[in-house]
Amino acid sequence: MLEIKELHKQFGSLHAVKGISFTVEKGEVLGFLGPNGAGKSTTMRMITGFLPPTSGTAIINGHDVVADPIAAKKETGYLPENAPVYSDMTVRAFLSFVAEIRGYSGAERLRRVDAAIESAHLEKVRNQTVSTLSKGYKQRVCFAQAILHDPPILIMDEPTDGLDPNQKQVVRSMIREMASRKVIVVSTHILEEVEAICTRAIIISSGKLVANGTPAELKTRCACHGAVELVFDRASDAMASDLRLLSSASRVESRDNSFTLFPKDPGRLLADVTDLVRQRNWHPTGLRVIEGRLEDVFHDLTLGEETVRKAG
Amino acid sequence: MDFTQNTKAIFKRELRSYFESPVAYVFLVVFLMMTAFLTFAVGRFYENGQADLRGFFFWHPWVFLILVPAAAMRLWAEERRAGTIELLLTMPVTLTQAILGKFLAAWAFLTIALALTFPVFLTTLYLGEPDIGVALAGYFGSVLLAGAYLSVGVLTSAMTRNQVISFVVSVVICLFLLLAGWPPVTDFLVRVAQDHGHLEWLVQGVASFSFMPHFDSIQRGVIALRDLAYYTSLIVFMLFATHLVLENRKAS
Repeated sequence: MLEIKELHKQFGSLHAVKGISFTVEKGEVLGFLGPNGAGKSTTMRMITGFLPPTSGTAIINGHDVVADPIAAKKETGYLPENAPVYSDMTVRAFLSFVAEIRGYSGAERLRRVDAAIESAHLEKVRNQTVSTLSKGYKQRVCFAQAILHDPPILIMDEPTDGLDPNQKQVVRSMIREMASRKVIVVSTHILEEVEAICTRAIIISSGKLVANGTPAELKTRCACHGAVELVFDRASDAMASDLRLLSSASRVESRDNSFTLFPKDPGRLLADVTDLVRQRNWHPTGLRVIEGRLEDVFHDLTLGEETVRKAG
Repeated sequence: MDFTQNTKAIFKRELRSYFESPVAYVFLVVFLMMTAFLTFAVGRFYENGQADLRGFFFWHPWVFLILVPAAAMRLWAEERRAGTIELLLTMPVTLTQAILGKFLAAWAFLTIALALTFPVFLTTLYLGEPDIGVALAGYFGSVLLAGAYLSVGVLTSAMTRNQVISFVVSVVICLFLLLAGWPPVTDFLVRVAQDHGHLEWLVQGVASFSFMPHFDSIQRGVIALRDLAYYTSLIVFMLFATHLVLENRKAS
């Protein structure tokens, strides 16, 4: 289990991380979202023991990273931003060095290195010098070192950054494979990735945690969640005014021949609209309920606008 | 993990890394050629007709001044530039183990470079009857001197992510530490000090911080505790300062 307690970080007068707390259990994949400069990497660096927090701490499987950093680091695997690797070593030599630091020797070390190479699909390049590898392979080498010791806690900072779509899929499937056995925290900008692999997501903005929930829960925080879209061959002004009279709609937008009704009361809106369609004997060519979009929730929460409906 | 295990792992990695780069071989060749040139041509080794290595060791403080900072500059600057410092320091290793491992690897590399000058030693053995004890003391003193220069280089390397800056600052500091005890400089300063209020003691005091007097005394074949203490405390001080610098600068 990973517990983050009131982490603060100040760089001189810059208060980069302002009291972030959250917990992640085994089997969860937590998505770490936020604009650039929000404090995601700084938070991850504090969790992994690279940066000392100004106050607060992270408890990694019971080990306090500030009080007992070595024990905490033993249980952590970390893929830093930009996937740094010692570029003058071969893949095998690099992973062997990591295995040595992680405490393995002899046959066990060889076994672990081979297993990591296999998990990260690096067989083809095992004897190549890292500096000659493409970005996708370098990322996977760094991924391999993070999982080599089978850590219960895995922290990954933008693991699919700069990879082509196929490579992204490879990394995501690697994460999914391990998800049930570990606590995984993944920071990303790619919202579809959050929906693809994360069981929960938190959004960080200007150093503060502004949202914490499953992707589905977060989507309901969007103003457009539960909105109803009506499409006609030919819409009329009469239709527009009728629709605007619905009490369960907060706002109606019309464009070309379609209307989007934003819900004041999402539970009732669809029923009210379908009732109205039947009463007036309209024949829409399309009717659908819009699910909230993470982009909108992200935008609203991180740019501070108040179009977000309060939860509940 | 056991303290020495981690240090050893980092030591091995760093030493291998030296030899995997062509720069190391260039360094070795330059070092060997420079010392040979200075010993035989400039130092007039054959003309002197003495079967000792004083004319060989004499040049080391000056050769090290340029070459040791060059060997040291990549130790931490490169880690910070490449971002691998974030990888290293999130592993279950202490900063002390990392600093020691890298320092010892660089020192081993320099010791190997010194060991490769054995043909000069063989030459004196062949041509005459050198005092082997003095010669070995000379090598020992040189190794210590290299370690001292190296510790300065390690500190400057930790202070920047730019290897060139590390090199230049390191050379300047080492030059100061060398010249403060170099007889032509101290003689001049003593004369000045005498004229301005009998401050010779101050000059002598600063001179004792210099590499030169401690190197010279070992070259005479005497390995005194005072000189060992000097080298040890200088190296420890520099590595301790490195620890402080790295702790405060990890992120940037």
